[in-house]
Amino acid sequence: MSGNAVIAEAAIAAGCRFYAGYPITPSSEIAAVMAEELPKVGGVFIQMEDEIASMGAIIGASLGGMKALTATSGPGFSLKQENLGFACMAEVPCVVVNVMRGGPSTGLPTLPAQGDVMQARWGTHGDHPIIALYPADLTEMYWQTVRAFNLAEKYRTPVILLSDELLGHMSERVEIPDASELTIIDRRKPDVAPDQYLPYDVKTELVPPMANFFEGYRYHVTGLTHDETGFPTEDPDLAEAQLRRLMLKVSANADDIMEWEEDGLADAEVAIFAYGAAARSARAAIAELRAAGIKVGLFRPITIWPFPEAALVKAVSHAKALFVVEMNMGQMIREVERGIRDVPIVGIHKVSGQPIDPEEIVLTVREFLEGKVTLPQKAVYQMSV
Amino acid sequence: MSIRRDRYEIRFSGEGGQGVILGGAILAEAAILHEGRFAVQSPQYGSRVRGGPTKVDVIISDLPILFPRATKIDFFLALAQMSYNKYANGLADDAVLLIDANLVPNVNENGRYVHRLPIVEIAKVELGNEVLSSSVALGAVIALTGIVRPDAAWKAIEARVPAKVKELNRKAFERGLKAGESLKG
Repeated sequence: MSGNAVIAEAAIAAGCRFYAGYPITPSSEIAAVMAEELPKVGGVFIQMEDEIASMGAIIGASLGGMKALTATSGPGFSLKQENLGFACMAEVPCVVVNVMRGGPSTGLPTLPAQGDVMQARWGTHGDHPIIALYPADLTEMYWQTVRAFNLAEKYRTPVILLSDELLGHMSERVEIPDASELTIIDRRKPDVAPDQYLPYDVKTELVPPMANFFEGYRYHVTGLTHDETGFPTEDPDLAEAQLRRLMLKVSANADDIMEWEEDGLADAEVAIFAYGAAARSARAAIAELRAAGIKVGLFRPITIWPFPEAALVKAVSHAKALFVVEMNMGQMIREVERGIRDVPIVGIHKVSGQPIDPEEIVLTVREFLEGKVTLPQKAVYQMSV
Repeated sequence: MSIRRDRYEIRFSGEGGQGVILGGAILAEAAILHEGRFAVQSPQYGSRVRGGPTKVDVIISDLPILFPRATKIDFFLALAQMSYNKYANGLADDAVLLIDANLVPNVNENGRYVHRLPIVEIAKVELGNEVLSSSVALGAVIALTGIVRPDAAWKAIEARVPAKVKELNRKAFERGLKAGESLKG
């Protein structure tokens, strides 16, 4: 089963019943499977006229009470940013998949990259909360897809599920959990009468309950800064309170949202930070280095945003060096550098459209241990493989 | 032939439309679903889907597979010269090659075992349809490598092909098996 097919199957298992999208390589198989499978479970599939409209359609579907998904790749992800910001602002749960390919622009349509990890954080304008998950194998892809819907519903916010061409198009053995093993979270509905409902209440809780349209509640939905009822306001106190609440939904719940993997770090003299497809390369390199008696461990964020900085600092602080392996020119390495003060950081970056060969990591680590890599350095361009 | 059980790497290459990527998926499915082993199938193609060079790496192992691309290829199949030229890299010193006898005239043998079989011609002329090429090739690959059991491979093919061409694919697969056996000598 391919990574893209896994996302579609897991989305349906998570309760997704609406898909709107515009086909784009390397994400199109998600749409193909949804088109085939959604009607069988009473869901709706719409191929929209473009990427922007697809994002608009899933926002509408979600306001109407459906769990909704769209999938795209870099160029489409750029187009979705305006409506993605609208979903953050209007607090509309939805899941956006970005199967990353080489960029910028139309770039390398059929080849993998990890160049959109910062776009996932800051692609839409203004301060806004964002959750982004990025699995590294296809069983995990299943679980994290379900989790993406759960987090969207729980925190009433869009969740970005990142993948890449390598994971999207590859197939491997996938352990599909039984439906009974899954925890499915649905949005909390109001327990007050419609005339007392405040969809954007700032006073009582971080995530106000969400009424679905057509269930007796009506409220105003806008991208403008709004008051508790949803109507626009320029009141400075309300504007400040609403945006702070919006951000706090994610930052105050970061412990619930963040997941990461630590493997073999306890006794590691060298640590590797990698995620998504690059983590596959890192794992293979670590296996080879460990077989040669070199103690190397992996820190792998599964939740990319919010970034599990404290956990990373704690896990790698005793290492002689931290290697950051990414299929971009150096994006998460900046985030790593913000937290790590005392461990030299070496970047291994590749943007050729080819995955990073584990041997390239093995060589760089060996060169470092042999003293051939001069430290300290700003690694971003020097160590490109 | 002894097979690396911990990581056996196979690369199928051809032109877009010849079915090599599907062939790779079928081989991986045979290993996973019908033999309970680990396998990954990782395709690569360009923006030009039909006619451009394509390849698929299939890695089969008794253990979970970390890196999903071939790095030291044990078995290489080429159904087109351009795909041979582009993708015949990273071959193990003792790699075995199976190439289309008509379509891949220029091969650098470099001391390696190169089997030649007119795969596309068998599909087109003998069996009547070029789209059967990947089933013929799969049969030959399995006979030459023994990487999965023929019945496991057939179950995987059966699950993937439309019912109306099942019989044709069975003939093609068996023809490939037979050809592969005779190549082994």
